[in-house]
Amino acid sequence: MRREDAPLGVRSISTQIVRNRMKSVKNIQKITKAMKMVAASKLRAIQVKAENSRGLWQPFTALLGDTPTVDAKKNVIVTISSDKGLCGGINSTAVKISKSLHKLNSGPDKENKYVILGEKAKAILVRDSKKDIELIITELQKNPLNYTQVSVLADDILKNVEFDALRIIYSKFHSVVSFLPTMATVLSPELVEREAESGGKLGELDSYEIEGGETKGEILQNLAEFQFSCVMFNAVLENACSEQGARMSAMDSSSRNAGEMLDRLTLTYNRTRQASITTELIEIISGASALEG
Amino acid sequence: MFRQASRLLARASAVTRSRAFSSQVPAAPAVDSTFVESWKKVNPNMEPPKTPSVYMTPRPQTPTSIPSKLTVNFVLPYASELSAKEVDMVIVPASTGQMGVLPGHVPTIAELKPGVLSVHDGNDTKKYFVSSGFAFIHANSVADIIAVEAVPIDQIDPSLVQKGLAEFNQKLSSATTDLEKAEAQIGVDVHSALNSALTG
Repeated sequence: MRREDAPLGVRSISTQIVRNRMKSVKNIQKITKAMKMVAASKLRAIQVKAENSRGLWQPFTALLGDTPTVDAKKNVIVTISSDKGLCGGINSTAVKISKSLHKLNSGPDKENKYVILGEKAKAILVRDSKKDIELIITELQKNPLNYTQVSVLADDILKNVEFDALRIIYSKFHSVVSFLPTMATVLSPELVEREAESGGKLGELDSYEIEGGETKGEILQNLAEFQFSCVMFNAVLENACSEQGARMSAMDSSSRNAGEMLDRLTLTYNRTRQASITTELIEIISGASALEG
Repeated sequence: MFRQASRLLARASAVTRSRAFSSQVPAAPAVDSTFVESWKKVNPNMEPPKTPSVYMTPRPQTPTSIPSKLTVNFVLPYASELSAKEVDMVIVPASTGQMGVLPGHVPTIAELKPGVLSVHDGNDTKKYFVSSGFAFIHANSVADIIAVEAVPIDQIDPSLVQKGLAEFNQKLSSATTDLEKAEAQIGVDVHSALNSALTG
């Protein structure tokens, strides 16, 4: 605790300083408790949507498999983060994973670019990887999230960024206290063809008949774009849930912390108060005994 | 004392909530080991991110004989209409025409056009109007239908369909730029499909 000079003209020990601290800590506790309630209600609303959208990407993974180790020349890392802070560590883990992926996929004639969704990731990545950033999108949650908005966003990214493989990094909402960083991969149609020919996970793709459209290439193009928008939709919803959940637990621990601090301050306050009363008594009694003789 | 009680209650409810989600992650996750290894080389101190296949229940293997029922997963962005439902037949509106899918169908990737999707199970049929999407039919008699928007046919209002059709026809005739023409054409296609869905 800081030592401050007592106000002039006061002879007893002042409890003003401690009282001021107690008032501000109590206010902080109230604010963080309110923020926790707000985050809890927002979480409830968006959790329903996120769970309903979980079936959306599963057919694509069942058809095209999950290929995190695909060898792609042009990698685009789509990092999804939140706009507002005070949500625990999810944004910093997302950025750390993006940077590690960048290092993992670096090599001769391989390039890695970032597409950033959310202010928090932008703040960190702009500092050291500015030249690798292709697109920055913020204020995603101004209007409630819906599929149309996300598909327009996906369309934007597909039009403006050249890619062989898109890697989407988000925090999947596992439960209110656990958020798992996840990486989803979407391949461009040319890469899908190449992997299908070379065998491996996509080897069975050739056995599928193609109905509709002019050529196989056109269908694969539509498929890749549709897959990207579906995966993005789910990723954005899951990340929003994780953000609210992380904020809930951060604010909860913050209000608990404030409560403990308040307890300690109350003890100090009482001690200070009693000490000042004792000092006054001693003065009075010694003054009285001095008068008597 | 009451502060502790509320905190304990909140923790207890969080625990039950987390237990409810444990069924989401399957018992044996299919982790890609080459990815994990290459990750450890770059970043040994951090856990590698999970990949979506970990969160999925693995699909059944291709059976040797043709199964009797078709398993259908019909998903929309807002809901999973049907998940792992066993039916006899589905008719999907592929862009090359209505396509009937029975168990043992050849593996197919079909692009869908606006039309009617009907699910036949025994004697009852459920019909949905589907805006567009994709249908995958796998070798193990699992059909995945992903649509952007789908409504059951009985929830469509015929008068609104007629009004929409007239409106888009008018827009098409008065369209100037290619973009406007394309948008109006899409509107006409969807509304005429709706019309034929209601009448047919």
